[in-house]
Amino acid sequence: MKNVPNFESEAECIRRILAGEKQLFHTLIRPCERPVYFLLMSILRNEAEAEDAAQEAIVKIYRNLHLFRGESQFRTWALSIARNEGLGRLRKTEARREESLDALTEDQAGDFTPAILTSWREVPVQALERKELGALLRQAIEGLPEIYRNVVLLRDIEEMNVRETAAALGIAEGAVKVRLHRARALLQRSLAPRLKEFAPKRGKLFGWGR
Amino acid sequence: MRIDCKHVWEYISAYIEGEVDADLRAQIDKHLETCEICSAVLDSTRNVVVLYADGRIFELPRGFSQRLHERLDIELAKAVP
Ligand SMILES: [Zn+2]
Repeated sequence: MKNVPNFESEAECIRRILAGEKQLFHTLIRPCERPVYFLLMSILRNEAEAEDAAQEAIVKIYRNLHLFRGESQFRTWALSIARNEGLGRLRKTEARREESLDALTEDQAGDFTPAILTSWREVPVQALERKELGALLRQAIEGLPEIYRNVVLLRDIEEMNVRETAAALGIAEGAVKVRLHRARALLQRSLAPRLKEFAPKRGKLFGWGR
Repeated sequence: MRIDCKHVWEYISAYIEGEVDADLRAQIDKHLETCEICSAVLDSTRNVVVLYADGRIFELPRGFSQRLHERLDIELAKAVP
């Protein structure tokens, strides 16, 4: 099935669903599945819970489709419903403690001190074939405070733009930028020293220059 | 004005995103020419982002889409939104 490629056909798709072509909802929601799930995973930190919440949110998106006004992109609107679903579930658990911890971190994170290196050997994406590397990267992102993790997931991993990320998370565009920069600084600090071992060994023949 | 390393670190990610103004960019570029620490910090930050943003790092759970669309079929059978 094709993705819904642009704004116009998206609006057209929604119009037809509301007019009774319900099956088109499968097509409409497909491009939202990943961001909805990973945003909920970021908020709830539990795979089973995130999947359950994602299903629930997507059903709500369907039921409330007539309320979508087309003022934002459909995906943005869908993600804000998903975020509400996630936050609603959090409120029911005692995980609120974690949230207040996260809020503290934002003020303290003015420190951008990176892992200090004097040279960097590129780790190529081919190195991702090693499972340990994937696990290391996931752990680092999962270890970020929630407010940073959400932004990293939507901006860097789902490749959403600043505006859309801000709207989906209900924060200012400036906050999206600042959080992304801080998150990347934190990730460089935690990951750079450990990534070195994944860089290709410098071959003797080609190892001149340093 | 010569900017110091600490100042550069603060703007590394914004620099990568092209969010710093021309004046600051020029200052950072000049600093990078002579500072191997900041160059390595910039390169490693870029590299870290490329790696974690790779589609293989975060994958939907196996069967996620299928379960979702099966649930939707039940929902869609009920009513028009
Ligand atoms: Zn420097």
